[in-house]
Amino acid sequence: MTTATPPVKEPKNYLNAEHGLRSWLLTQDHKRIAILYLIAVSAFFVVGGLMAVLIRLELATPAGDLMDSNTYNKVFTMHGVIMIFFFLIPSIPAILGNFLLPLMIGAKDLAFPRINLISWYVYMLGGTFGVIVLLSGGVDTGWTFYTPFSSSYSNGYVVLTALAAFINGFSSILTGLNFIVTVHRMRAPGLTWFRLPLFVWAHYSTSVIMILGTPVIAVTLFLLMLERGLHIGFFDPAYGGDPVLFQHLFWFYSHPAVYIMILPSMGVISEVISTFSSKKPFGYTFIAFSSVAIAVFGFLVWGHHLYVSSQSAYAGMVFSILSYIVAIPSAIKVFNWAATMYKGSVRLEAPMLYAIGFIGLFTVGGLTGLFLAAMGLDVHLTDTYFVIAHFHYVMVGGAIMGYQAGIHFWWPKIVGRMYPRAWATVAAILTFVGFNLTFFPQFILGYLGMPRRYHVYPPEFQVFNVLSSAGASVLGLGYLIPAIYLIWSIKNGEPAGANPWGATGLEWQTSSPPPTENFEVTPVVTTEAYDYTALTLTTQEVTHVG
Amino acid sequence: MLEAKSFELFPEAASSIAGHVDAFYAFMVLVSAFFSLLIAFLVVYFAYKYRHRPGENIVYAPYDDHSLSAMLLEVVWTAIPLGLSMIMFVWGISIYFTEARPPVDSMEIFVTGKQWMWKIQHMEGAREINELHIPVNRNVKLTMTSEDVIHDFFIPAFRTKADVLPGRYTTEWFRATKVGSYHIFCAEYCGTKHSGMIGTVTVMTESAYNTWLGAGGGEGSMAEQGQALFNQLGCGNCHASIVNNQNGRCPNLVGLFGSTVELKDGKQVKADASYIRESVLYPQSKIVAGFDDYMPTFKGLITEDGMLKLIEYIRSLGAKNGVINQATPLPVQTADPAKAAISKPGVALPLPGSGGVAR
Amino acid sequence: MASHTAVATKAAAHSHPGYGELRHHFESHEQQKDSATIGMWVFLLTELMFFGGLFLAYFIYRQWYPEAFASASNKTDLWLGAFNTTVLICSSLTMALAVHAASKGKRILLVGFLVATLLLGGAFLGVKAYEYHDKWVHHEIPGDHFECEGCHDEVHTPLFFALYFGMTGLHASHMIIGFGVLLVLIWQAWSGKFTEKWYTPIEMFGLYWHFVDIVWIFLFPLLYLIDRTGRSLL
Repeated sequence: MTTATPPVKEPKNYLNAEHGLRSWLLTQDHKRIAILYLIAVSAFFVVGGLMAVLIRLELATPAGDLMDSNTYNKVFTMHGVIMIFFFLIPSIPAILGNFLLPLMIGAKDLAFPRINLISWYVYMLGGTFGVIVLLSGGVDTGWTFYTPFSSSYSNGYVVLTALAAFINGFSSILTGLNFIVTVHRMRAPGLTWFRLPLFVWAHYSTSVIMILGTPVIAVTLFLLMLERGLHIGFFDPAYGGDPVLFQHLFWFYSHPAVYIMILPSMGVISEVISTFSSKKPFGYTFIAFSSVAIAVFGFLVWGHHLYVSSQSAYAGMVFSILSYIVAIPSAIKVFNWAATMYKGSVRLEAPMLYAIGFIGLFTVGGLTGLFLAAMGLDVHLTDTYFVIAHFHYVMVGGAIMGYQAGIHFWWPKIVGRMYPRAWATVAAILTFVGFNLTFFPQFILGYLGMPRRYHVYPPEFQVFNVLSSAGASVLGLGYLIPAIYLIWSIKNGEPAGANPWGATGLEWQTSSPPPTENFEVTPVVTTEAYDYTALTLTTQEVTHVG
Repeated sequence: MLEAKSFELFPEAASSIAGHVDAFYAFMVLVSAFFSLLIAFLVVYFAYKYRHRPGENIVYAPYDDHSLSAMLLEVVWTAIPLGLSMIMFVWGISIYFTEARPPVDSMEIFVTGKQWMWKIQHMEGAREINELHIPVNRNVKLTMTSEDVIHDFFIPAFRTKADVLPGRYTTEWFRATKVGSYHIFCAEYCGTKHSGMIGTVTVMTESAYNTWLGAGGGEGSMAEQGQALFNQLGCGNCHASIVNNQNGRCPNLVGLFGSTVELKDGKQVKADASYIRESVLYPQSKIVAGFDDYMPTFKGLITEDGMLKLIEYIRSLGAKNGVINQATPLPVQTADPAKAAISKPGVALPLPGSGGVAR
Repeated sequence: MASHTAVATKAAAHSHPGYGELRHHFESHEQQKDSATIGMWVFLLTELMFFGGLFLAYFIYRQWYPEAFASASNKTDLWLGAFNTTVLICSSLTMALAVHAASKGKRILLVGFLVATLLLGGAFLGVKAYEYHDKWVHHEIPGDHFECEGCHDEVHTPLFFALYFGMTGLHASHMIIGFGVLLVLIWQAWSGKFTEKWYTPIEMFGLYWHFVDIVWIFLFPLLYLIDRTGRSLL
């Protein structure tokens, strides 16, 4: 299609249904709200990413030559706060989950569209406070806000930052609440629980954590604000309180929060692996229930963050064994994904490359988690770069790889256009290589004993830090390229068609982009999920966009 | 050794526990490498072997994942990780319990964390900042507390660390096995100069250590310093029981340490360091049976290092029978000061706020 | 495409008179009502966890410092607390009656009970404000100017008051939000928005109000009743 001739009038879809800023800011369409989230969350990702760039630049040399200690502390704190509260937690649920959940279950929208919009505004309000903190000089507590440092000693805007995270929490509660009700009450006729896509199972489990865990961090931050702002003490020993109680309350949410970040990603991977192997996920019920098991057991392992915090050794033992048990469902998923590819018809499209990358990196991330669950080893490893490497393997190698797999998988559905797939392949490989270069050396650094949150460090650690910083530049490129071609594709990509990948979910049966009401007629489901035999696809159909 | 090291792959192992931790770590690395490579191999191999060739029709392989063999597979890949992880769990706690329980014959050293320095006191009286001198092949137990925020005393070469909290005592122990000097890091983020809160632990031979200790003297042992503080704060005015052994208003401190104290409300507590600390700072929170809440608080009047000295003094008051260790000078080797000066650069500095009384 | 899905006849999603508005994305009024009910219960679960953190802190500190808590809780005004408990239980009753009136479609009665609930809630908040003021006058608010006459353990006593203000404050903020929502509901009920077939907002608000009431039923014994001996009762 050239620009000279007026474009053929596109069929009505959610993007062209209405025009103007107002139609976006007041929309109650889950798909448009997903786009609003996509824009806001991406902006925070850029800011958090810039902080990471500063960190890696500073750590390229042992001395503190780029910035002073106070600035460095603020930079890594803002990196953590932004990436966790404003990027990772909302990323997949609020963007892909919002967009896809109703489509996947054959509904016209989420159960509470107004609450969905409100959740975005709440997120933006929290984000605004986050930006105010950033612009007014930041905060230096670390994203963990440990008392009494945060409540009595820190020289940053602790109350404002806590408020930003506090408000943001309500956005995630509202999203979780909406998802739970939607999955319970909005499923299309015939769509039983065991016909649900695994993406939906993962989001249901995530939502349970959101509604049960988030209020606890909210009240903890509320108490922190009282202590910091009004000297109404709860945690500082100077006020008679116990600083370790804060850690318990904090991790009661923040450990499950890790599963808020990774479970949706696992949901994406289940969809992608199945589609690009043209095969029903092996062990559907095992994958589905492993999500639920992770959500439940995830609430019982927080104490493994406190092995060296003067927690009782016997409490530590219980947390240790539970931490091993929560690892099993993840192992089950990984094996099932691998088995799904067995005798499939594997196509190495970009989403699949990201998904395969996810499996590799998440496996390393998960296995190194076992090191930290072992009490005797954790004493040496905790608060070192080993922990940093471990959770970046899970969060970046896992959650963000999954997010990218998902974005690349559903992008043609979201915008109706295909991105240049060769570039996507390049980006996926760059991300994988850059990621490993960045974070693998940090495992070695951690065992050597380099503590986390160190602005200056002894010179013998420099070699691995330089490797890590070099890798980060490759990784940065891996994130930059998709940003360019995805935006480019909105206007210039080839029209994608309803089902470019030969996938089975209900979302692929409506046009791309979907109409406002999602389906012309409410679908009735009569078969199991992932029934590829029912798809009468030809090779042409599968590859026609390529 | 600290110097002349620009690159290393594996940290030096210089404590009795380090070998155990390293062996466990090696096991974990092997298991992880095996499973990572297995998964990576499977995924890559399947992606190649079952690749879809352009132009071919997609082959759908219908299968029954509820079949017996599929179920068997699920059981196998649930059971194997579960079994392995239980081995890891047991191995992990067995090392932890060694790490967490100081042997009874440990020599004691006291650590106070403060933004952003480590203050260390030896029983014999020597004091240091950001330096810790210990003898090789002796069990050393650190009793630690913080004056402000949470810190963490981490010695990578010893493979051990423990949080240092305000308002309570935590312990950490190790037996150094190699003479040399190693890093001390603060591993719990504690503010602006967190990464500057580092120090050096110097492991010396027994004789060199004794020489070093002897050179630091002048202020007497910790218990003696504690006794001076005890008098300075006027504790003896009421707790004079050490002299006449009978006083109506204040409990007898002789033989208190380690005993079980009956409280006014009928509860019993063990008179350990935390109890004594609490009784000095918050006298009203635990009142001994038969006494009134007469004692004023000493909060703000005494530093954390001073508190450790007081506790040492009370501990030195020894057994229940009323025999007082009249601040016996501890057996400190007197040695050539010149020799000692070489082996311990920059130690035994008089601390700010010296004597333990807060300004 | 869609070879394995049949086509459902588009549900007769017209608005039935008396059932209120059927939002476009629901197939039936029943589905809409169910969604609201489940949503409300999930929300209350969240609220439970919200208060849960404070209850946990309370239990831990009370376990550690029973004497500080005993002497401090004697500082609360038992009679005002008991009065407020009665008021709140009564307001729960009037709220339940309001839901009942709504289900019978009795508009005036509905408005009456809602107003009664509003007044009782207002009375509760008034008494609470008086108690807070009393604490303010006596410097019993933790912080830099805290004083507590006759309290045993000056270090841990503020913990009790911190929890007292934290818990009752969070509770009161729920009351205030409820108060605002009630005002809206009264206006809507007066203008005849609810019918016997559709009064979901009244019902959902009823759940919320009962929840807030139940939280107080736990707060009252924990903060006022605990450690009262016969002597201090008088």
